[in-house]
Amino acid sequence: MTEEVKPKDRESVVIRFSGDSGDGMQLVGTMFSNLSAELGNEIITFPDFPAEIRAPHGTLSGVSGFQMQVGGKNVFTPGDKADVLVAMNPAALKVNAGFLKSDSVVIIDTDSFQAADLEKAQFTTDDPFKELGLNSVQVVAASITQMCKDSLEGLADNKQALKSRNIFALGLVCWLFNRPLHIVEKLLTTKFKKKPDVLQANLLVLQAGFNYGHNIHASVNSYRVETVSHKKGFYTDVNGNKATVYGLIAASEKAGLPLFLGSYPITPATDIMQELTNRKELGIKVMQTEDEIAGICTAIGASFAGNLAATSTSGPGLALKSEAIGLAVISEIPLVVVDVQRSGPSTGMPTKSEQTDLLQALYGRNGESPAVVIAATSPTDCFDSAFWASKVALEHLTPVILLTDGYIANGSSAWRIPDLEEYPEIKPPFVKPEQKEGWTPYLRNPETDVRYWAIPGTEGFEHRIGGLEKNSATGAISTEPDNHQKMTELRQSKIDKIANSIPLQEVLGDKSADTLVVGWGGTYGHLYEAVENLRSNGKKVAFTHFRFINPLPKNAEEILRKYKKVIVIEQNTGQFAGYLRAKIGGLNPYQFNRVKGQPFIVARLVEEIQKIIEL
Amino acid sequence: MGQITYQPKDYKSSQLVRWCPGCGDYGVLNSLHKAMAELGIAPHNIAVISGIGCSSRLPYYMNTYGFHTIHGRGAAIATGVKVANPNLSVWLSTGDGDCLAIGGNHFIHAVRRNVDINILLMNNKIYGLTKGQYSPTSDRGFVSKSSPFGTVEDPFRPAELTIGARGRFFARIIDTDIKNSPDIMAAAARHKGTSVVEVILNCVIFNDGINEKITAKDVRSDKTIFLHHGEKMVFGKDNNRGIVQDGFNLKAVTIGEDGYTLDDVLTHDATAKDPTLHLKLALMDGEELPVALGIIRDVEAPAYDAEVEAQIKQVQAKKPARTLKEFLMSGDVWEVK
Repeated sequence: MTEEVKPKDRESVVIRFSGDSGDGMQLVGTMFSNLSAELGNEIITFPDFPAEIRAPHGTLSGVSGFQMQVGGKNVFTPGDKADVLVAMNPAALKVNAGFLKSDSVVIIDTDSFQAADLEKAQFTTDDPFKELGLNSVQVVAASITQMCKDSLEGLADNKQALKSRNIFALGLVCWLFNRPLHIVEKLLTTKFKKKPDVLQANLLVLQAGFNYGHNIHASVNSYRVETVSHKKGFYTDVNGNKATVYGLIAASEKAGLPLFLGSYPITPATDIMQELTNRKELGIKVMQTEDEIAGICTAIGASFAGNLAATSTSGPGLALKSEAIGLAVISEIPLVVVDVQRSGPSTGMPTKSEQTDLLQALYGRNGESPAVVIAATSPTDCFDSAFWASKVALEHLTPVILLTDGYIANGSSAWRIPDLEEYPEIKPPFVKPEQKEGWTPYLRNPETDVRYWAIPGTEGFEHRIGGLEKNSATGAISTEPDNHQKMTELRQSKIDKIANSIPLQEVLGDKSADTLVVGWGGTYGHLYEAVENLRSNGKKVAFTHFRFINPLPKNAEEILRKYKKVIVIEQNTGQFAGYLRAKIGGLNPYQFNRVKGQPFIVARLVEEIQKIIEL
Repeated sequence: MGQITYQPKDYKSSQLVRWCPGCGDYGVLNSLHKAMAELGIAPHNIAVISGIGCSSRLPYYMNTYGFHTIHGRGAAIATGVKVANPNLSVWLSTGDGDCLAIGGNHFIHAVRRNVDINILLMNNKIYGLTKGQYSPTSDRGFVSKSSPFGTVEDPFRPAELTIGARGRFFARIIDTDIKNSPDIMAAAARHKGTSVVEVILNCVIFNDGINEKITAKDVRSDKTIFLHHGEKMVFGKDNNRGIVQDGFNLKAVTIGEDGYTLDDVLTHDATAKDPTLHLKLALMDGEELPVALGIIRDVEAPAYDAEVEAQIKQVQAKKPARTLKEFLMSGDVWEVK
């Protein structure tokens, strides 16, 4: 093992860390992605963890993974299959066997690949690789546990040594990718600054892992990922939930209104509440309430009182909030409802992602109850989408449901810290003192059909609103037939007219192609990569991806009618396709739908789109 | 600058009141107008929130800001209003069904948090707006449209629930007692934290007369006791009855009989932190012991909305960022030049 092997230069590589849910895979995954971001790579990450906090040790159900694609440019997904897999136990190997390339490098800890470990992962032979049909992968079989113990001998007990296995693996991966250790050392120092003993142990083990790689380097591929320069500015690493939080804060600053969040813990949305409640220095008020209903109801109260108010949840919580969203619809107050979608129905698969709440967001309420629906398209787009959701809510006095999903909520990428000057103004339609005479609560701006907003504390505009139908002129309770017809139409046209103030829909790829690929929300990266893949192979295909779902952008119908073949691709059984059929008479798109709780496989998308192109 | 004074009519809206003639809610409404005038808070700085039910129509009859919301959720919505703008005087107008059945969870948590809202709990032990079903405060065996053979369940007692949720203010009034009610409501408003005022209320249509045995003119002074902080617990037509302690229990005695003197009669301390005696007083049911009226419990404790603001100030004293950009730039960032 003395011969130097030149590292493989690659545009991008896919790395997956995998082990027990207590093995610290999320931590080392995050550290490796932060380090790569800091070195100027583009990164998309995908944490994939079980719902159980600590499932039985070594079992298939307890496997936690963190995948990322690291590249010089044009990284849009965490990648289909891994170039490098770190498998801390046989269960991790088994769960991930389907996501490996034929020449993947697989790093295993031989100390946890003993007979008992293999049995726990339900292997029946003593050769897990053969049993899984992994004949051509390059295995780095390292005695990680033992080496951790050795390098910490006399410094820490075996318990600490076992806890450091993930850091050893990180050191080894750093060697594999030619990554300098100093950035990881800095990250570890920040993380463990209050536990100097743990820090020292981790630094030693990190170096040991790196050295081990250096000593065996001749036997496997190592990689050098190119870096390219991005747009100038300051960057930080964000996941979708954080970007959502920042978008809400940015909107509250732009509107000059305090921000309030009422919420109840629910996977995978909880981070939104936790991040916001940590930002007290920005004056944000966050209530962790007694239930999902109180989460939205405190927000409705805060909105009534004049705050930018939001609530965050996932599918089951959105179901509980339905009645309250209806109250916000009829009382015409601004509200942002963030739904980080997860697999359903019912409790479903809480840590797995899909796009199955679209129809719930659009229609899941009693009565004619139109609300705005916006869907974020990537981790960083959660910022823009949350900003837009707030802007639309505040300027049009309506609830806005912002759909993200578990995949973009937990996935992260580098994000340029924006200048708020680049973002549009937010101007809520507050009443003006000169309107006092003859003012009633449902008086509207005829151009937008938006009523004027008088918040408690404003003298001379005392009024009552609520869940009962009101007379459009006086604001008094009314069951008058023609008035209800009129108010129902006004509530609808108010939402429809929002199309006049949102950006137009864009078409990417070959605008003149016959085939149009249509997506919405968090699948943007996968669809874009599939379309680019086809185009680089000489296929002509156009692509449009929706962020504004209700109302649709004004030019949506024109775009969708223009193409001979339209294929709608989404992670449900066809909710957006059905919505488009209802909205655009005669449109009958092809569909590709998957609900596996996992991101799309780009190669599979390429195959499906190609079938349509060749029809 | 002279103090602006307000009259009860300043809080009255132009809406036609639509409760049934003789409904106890009229008394509550009139008392509330008077209480607000007594407090002298400008109508535009008051928000009256309600859920669903007869009692929840009240905001429409107030010339303040008002929000008639959805069934049971008023306590949560009122909480949001107060936390968002602690300068407002926030009231919740609710009933036994709205607040203790569908809204039970929000009620106990509002009380536990001690957010500074004033809850007027109109307890008529019946669902009126849905035309006569038993409620969570209906007595065991109560016959109604939804319990034709009598209920086989025990009711909530609002005081017990309030104190069980660590309530710091509990008072009880009779709907028709326009003389005392405004003062009690004003005291509830002055209390910093959640205050619960239970109104013993008559539903003329579906539950008429259920309170007669304690509220009727000829029995009221013997069947009720109006508690005043710092005063002896005396009651009765001749003001010669008193509440004394008897072991772990309370007992009604006649002063001058059986060797009891005024010195034996308990003095009401509404501010005692320990709620044991308050609970005993609040559960007196008009059989052996008179039903307690007035302010039974009034204990100081940090109010949630004020604590939220105080915590923000504490954190701001330590962390300099005031804008999103300042915060982000103080974190883990790298520059691309």
